[in-house]
Amino acid sequence: MTALTDLIQEGRRVGDHRPWPRAAVDAAAWRAAIAHLARGDWTLLDLWGEPDRVHMAVLDEPGSAIATISLDCPGHRFPSVARHHPPALRLERAARDLYGLEPDGLPDTRPWLDHDRWGLRQPLGDTRPVTAPAPPYRFLPSEGEGLHQIPVGPVHAGIIEPGHFRFTANGETVVRLEQRLGYVHKGIEGLIAGSGIDRAAQLAGRVSGDSTVAYGLAFALAVEAAVGMQVPPRARLLRALMAELERLANHFGDIGAICNDAAFAIMHAHCGVLRERVLRAAEAAFGHRLMRDRVVPGGVAGDLGAEGATAIRALLAEAHRSFPPLVALYDETASLQERTVSTGFLGEPLARQYGAGGFVGRASGRTFDARRLPGYTPYDEFDFEVPVRTDGDVNARVWIRIQEVGQSLALVERILERLAEGADSGSPVLATLQGGTGEGSALVEGFRGDVLAWVRIGSDGIVERCRLRDPSWFQWPLLEAAIEGNIVADFPLCNKSFNCSYSGHDL
Amino acid sequence: MRKLLLDGLLRRPLTEPAPAAEDGALAELAGAIRRRLGRSLSIRQVDAGSCNGCELEIHALNNAFYDLERFGIRFVASPRHADVLLVTGPVTRNMREALERTHAATPDPKWVVAVGDCAVDGGLFVGSYAVAGGVSSVVPVDLHIRGCPPSPTALLRGLLALLEKAERG
Repeated sequence: MTALTDLIQEGRRVGDHRPWPRAAVDAAAWRAAIAHLARGDWTLLDLWGEPDRVHMAVLDEPGSAIATISLDCPGHRFPSVARHHPPALRLERAARDLYGLEPDGLPDTRPWLDHDRWGLRQPLGDTRPVTAPAPPYRFLPSEGEGLHQIPVGPVHAGIIEPGHFRFTANGETVVRLEQRLGYVHKGIEGLIAGSGIDRAAQLAGRVSGDSTVAYGLAFALAVEAAVGMQVPPRARLLRALMAELERLANHFGDIGAICNDAAFAIMHAHCGVLRERVLRAAEAAFGHRLMRDRVVPGGVAGDLGAEGATAIRALLAEAHRSFPPLVALYDETASLQERTVSTGFLGEPLARQYGAGGFVGRASGRTFDARRLPGYTPYDEFDFEVPVRTDGDVNARVWIRIQEVGQSLALVERILERLAEGADSGSPVLATLQGGTGEGSALVEGFRGDVLAWVRIGSDGIVERCRLRDPSWFQWPLLEAAIEGNIVADFPLCNKSFNCSYSGHDL
Repeated sequence: MRKLLLDGLLRRPLTEPAPAAEDGALAELAGAIRRRLGRSLSIRQVDAGSCNGCELEIHALNNAFYDLERFGIRFVASPRHADVLLVTGPVTRNMREALERTHAATPDPKWVVAVGDCAVDGGLFVGSYAVAGGVSSVVPVDLHIRGCPPSPTALLRGLLALLEKAERG
């Protein structure tokens, strides 16, 4: 028995939450959970609100268990997790903005997503009109001789999403970086609440464009868990095929873009060609370059034809031919290594505390991969490695991507073999959605890290509530830590090596 | 690196032939462009609330297959250097002022191209407390390029239409 299962058993189990348990707990149990998080026994996976309730998904990694605990807040107050466990800070500030839930003891009560532009307060809770303008947003102070501030954004100097960065620098050296996000908050949770499953799936696929397959998959798995349905095995293989293609496209793009931020344009040009080839293969195989709306609750939108399989095989051959020389070029170019090695260091303790997923966590010693834990088919049927390093710098995050490209190429190859061998070729790849009700959660490994989805399906197939948590929630704050002591000119390099999502975070 | 560079010289270029300017775009642009720019357009891209899908495809315009710069079109870092604002997303309320200020900072004559289905009218995000609407609800729009996201070819066809109109005056 682990402490997490004890905690769940002491609470009131919510009967129809799958695949992991959800329990309504009292304030004492909530505080006990905070203590486990603060001690580092557990990892916070998410914290989110409902109008009169707050939820927290936690991972007990050694015990291989995940659970969601919920606390009713009739007075719209709950004991702050962030007070003892900083990774919850922005999540609590967001829950406060959206639902009007007041975390008792919250160390930072500045609004987060609410920029005082919505014309109302607490849009997803007990909505109120704005009676007085919010006070100006105060950035955290940095004091000292010779310090100056550099404000950047929300509109950045490239083809990038919007966000504000406030640097305090001493000469070239960054003393503090503070992020202000929320500019692309679209109110997706609010739009999904009360809509049908089809529309909700489309919205989920538009949370973060670069991870549309991962979000589509996380949402679909959560819905399927909620209504208790199985999807055809062939559809599961096709989903994994799309997920690995998405990982490849993004990793190729990132590897090139990081090098480009070190002014090494030849890598960018060649990696850009590889990325384009992945997108073209995806278009040939699934009819959309980003494979948007292709993973749907119940299965996938269409099967893979012979032409599509040929296109993906050609992509694999091309990648095996042209990627290794690029890796060698990266590795052997001293002027490039000079920029990436030891830059933007993130240590293992912080990566663990924040439960950093994806290449950010794995470059800093955290082995977690949602394809392994909680795991989902078909990954349990394939051998693959989860590369991990401990050097934690820009170079390490590049290398994790390089190694993951190798793993994904091998996975794609084996999935194609299995699809070709499959006796179920030509059988339906989309099961009819059953009209059940219930709650479901899913944790899916996107290219950037683990995406969490939670849904509550009511009668008539209406999505009553939905929560989608981007891995960036726990990676953005770590970028603030990693940049400290680096020079301002290395910020683009560090930022690109993290490649956090703005839209996924702002929701 | 020497081998990579040599390969680049010896192999045929990946760059595709230019697509024709989009007819629909030429029609939408009628009367919108009055001044000859020569074959040169500077674009400032503004994400006013997109999911980042459109940005990915706009990025692709710079890769070897589409090679946007061969047409004299390039992306610039400041609105003060731009002829065109390429705006994506349903405009969120939190980005509205930033878009207005970017538009105000762009010198005349200027054109606004709204990219993606969300940019037309807010798309799937219409009705949210956090969304102001399509781009034209905030700044005047000269051309819409639809798609979710539009492919690089669709983007290119739209931008070439803009250039063609600019040339014809």
